[in-house]
Amino acid sequence: MIDWIAILQAGIASGTVLLFAAIGEIMAERSGVMNLGVEGMMLIGAMTAYRTAVTIDQPWVGLLFAMLAAGILSLLHAVVSIHFQADQVVSGLAINFVGIGLSMVLGEGLSKAGAVSLLPTITVPLLSQIPVLGPILFTNHNPMTYLGYALTPAAWFYIHRTRPGLHLRAVGEHPAAADAMGINVYRLRYGYVFAGGVLAGLAGGTISLAVSPGWFSELTTSGQGWIAIGLVIFAQWNPWRAAAGAYMFGALRRLILDLQGPQTLLGFANPFFYTPRLGFFLQMLPYALVILILFIGSREAMKKRVGAPAALGVPYIRGERGT
Amino acid sequence: MSASAPLPDSASSIPYAVEMRGIVKRFPGVLANDHVDFDLRPGEVHALLGENGAGKSTLMNILSGLYRPDAGLIRVNGRPVHFNSPRDAIAAGLGMVHQHFMLVPTQTVTENIILGLSEPRFFLPLDQLDQRVLALQEQYGLRVDPKARIWQLSVGEQQRVEILKMLYRGANVLIMDEPTAVLTPQEVEELFHTLRAMVARGHSVIFISHKLDEVLKISNRITVLRQGRVAASGIPAHEATKAQLAQLMVGREVVFTVRKKPVQPGEVVLSVEDVCAENDRGLPALRHFSIQVRAGEIVGIAGVAGNGQSELAQVITGLRRCSCGRVVIAGEDIANRPPRAAIERHVAHIPEDRHGVGSSPGLSLAENLIMKSHRRPPISNGWVLNLPMIRRQAAQLKDEYNIIAPSVEVQARLLSGGNLQKAILAREISAGPRLIIAVQPTRGLDVGAIETVQNLLLKEREHGAAILLISEELEELLTLSDRIVGMYEGRHMGELNAEEATLAAIGLMMAGTPQGKPATR
Repeated sequence: MIDWIAILQAGIASGTVLLFAAIGEIMAERSGVMNLGVEGMMLIGAMTAYRTAVTIDQPWVGLLFAMLAAGILSLLHAVVSIHFQADQVVSGLAINFVGIGLSMVLGEGLSKAGAVSLLPTITVPLLSQIPVLGPILFTNHNPMTYLGYALTPAAWFYIHRTRPGLHLRAVGEHPAAADAMGINVYRLRYGYVFAGGVLAGLAGGTISLAVSPGWFSELTTSGQGWIAIGLVIFAQWNPWRAAAGAYMFGALRRLILDLQGPQTLLGFANPFFYTPRLGFFLQMLPYALVILILFIGSREAMKKRVGAPAALGVPYIRGERGT
Repeated sequence: MSASAPLPDSASSIPYAVEMRGIVKRFPGVLANDHVDFDLRPGEVHALLGENGAGKSTLMNILSGLYRPDAGLIRVNGRPVHFNSPRDAIAAGLGMVHQHFMLVPTQTVTENIILGLSEPRFFLPLDQLDQRVLALQEQYGLRVDPKARIWQLSVGEQQRVEILKMLYRGANVLIMDEPTAVLTPQEVEELFHTLRAMVARGHSVIFISHKLDEVLKISNRITVLRQGRVAASGIPAHEATKAQLAQLMVGREVVFTVRKKPVQPGEVVLSVEDVCAENDRGLPALRHFSIQVRAGEIVGIAGVAGNGQSELAQVITGLRRCSCGRVVIAGEDIANRPPRAAIERHVAHIPEDRHGVGSSPGLSLAENLIMKSHRRPPISNGWVLNLPMIRRQAAQLKDEYNIIAPSVEVQARLLSGGNLQKAILAREISAGPRLIIAVQPTRGLDVGAIETVQNLLLKEREHGAAILLISEELEELLTLSDRIVGMYEGRHMGELNAEEATLAAIGLMMAGTPQGKPATR
């Protein structure tokens, strides 16, 4: 039988990874800069975290370095796309490949590193006693999962109810208006691209040190950075919707793994049981779902008139007439 | 009526609110400001007059800290200042209301007003801030819902938000860049009322415009710029005349009348019947709109920008789908047919967007000129272009329509606005149109080019073309049109004959009050 509680519990953990990456990308895109290099930045983060943990046996320092490494990579994107006003799509894709390439080189031999200290798991007293929800949300989770619970409301509040958040939205919607009011458009965009990189690094580190520990070269992230980018659009740049999508996708990924386990499903013979070919098909499904969700999400966005930040993808040049 | 209260002169002890001396600003290939002097006395409205490209906006962008001057000196209340960014200018009490509003459409009025301020530090007590905005509104009689989002507001209301934004920052000097360009005549009156109230409270206003009547009405003094230089400095408004100002602006004498010959209208060429369409945001832009245009007449559409005029032109020319109704051209319904259906029925389109829709900026002048005739001989055999023929025809059009360009091979984007518009007219009119859809045909052109364009349209009218003229310049509508139809929120607001139409009546239609004859179909 399928253990639904276990699937949801694991789904929450792996959804946290998507959540970090998606909220990071929301921050960058809200400021008007699209960074398609999330996958590469996550991979750099995962590699750096694991490498650090292997070398000095300090998983927390590993996470910190992961954030820094991905943040530095994102600054490369910032320089190219903000300072030199290059095309953000091209630059983002380049960053992605730089990230993947660097992690392959620097991560060589890591997969055979042996036992490593990972992030601890925590069960929250009292809260874990709640029926159904307790085991899913508050039992045997790594600390990053709990951080994820706090990050969603914090990000929403920051964007919509604080002065820096107001400036962030203005810079992404109408940079000329923000500039005319004395807001430094370039500095803010640099800052939020960096923040996006830091969160992508954290997402990567969370994978290699907690959710699925180890280094499996590019399979460590296996395209989750791209799912995160899809989630940002599905979420309409709203952290709450991003969280819903992230946890849903996390659970789905988990369910697909578990579907290949039991011999029978609901009393029928399981067609996926130990059939590698169908296994690949199953693993493809979340990515196909991204396409479907993008399609539905964009239609809904058109209807409700919530869309991408108006200046998303457009380099800001002061004094250039653009109406 | 210009208020002529006693004002401090340069010799008195009260320093100028703003003083600019010897301002020079170069852009690649252009000397935008050439040693410009400008001063503003406390408590006056000082108009800055000039044609497009005369350097008004550049000068004010320097004063508001957006550009840095290459040379020159600025003093505010007698103290020299150096602005590195708009923040510095705002801190010195200078507030600019841009022609294209600098408002974030998805944010609320209050959010826009507090944007960029260092107070509050972190958390936004939105209800409390709304109250503060309301209190400020009360003080100046500028009403607008603080919780409304900018995209929900009318253009006049958005302008109020811009003014409030500056007052909230304690701006003492208000720089208004072409503030009346987008307003109905009634809204212009309201704006003038507000400006007078502000002057009475000790604020000073720099009023940038190219509309002579308005400048004479609101300002105390007038400075005229021409080609980056001061053509006249601080002349008192009550001593100035319209003809004198026009001559200063253009550098030659200007005749204000365009002669319109009487033409007997013929059969109906265009009949738009009960058309509905949505705008780019998916909101209704045309609501059961009907209009007819006959051969040999010009029908003008009056409306504030964004009330469905652009969408109407797009539906007729096949660039936008309509969800109901018919577009009948010479007896045939071409609604929702591709643009080529309209082109083949000899519909000429002079679009609003000259660079995106009207021309292909990267292609040569010659290529732009044959864009509508490239399918047929003699330009092509349907497949291979006849290049010598293209060059010959383009050169002929260039001479005939007096398009100033080094050659027909020059890229269209290098043409000035007036010459590009002449090129578009040459292409559209030389084909012998039955129907001309002209959208803002003279916007942003200098006086000479305006004359040319208007006379070309009148000539086509005499040749029996049906012309639909969409314009925000009410004077233009009054001089060119035979009938004027008001448009508000995509609806027909009635129709006036040109002889009986007054600015006041047109203004009422633009603001949503029906006048004259209702729509017929």
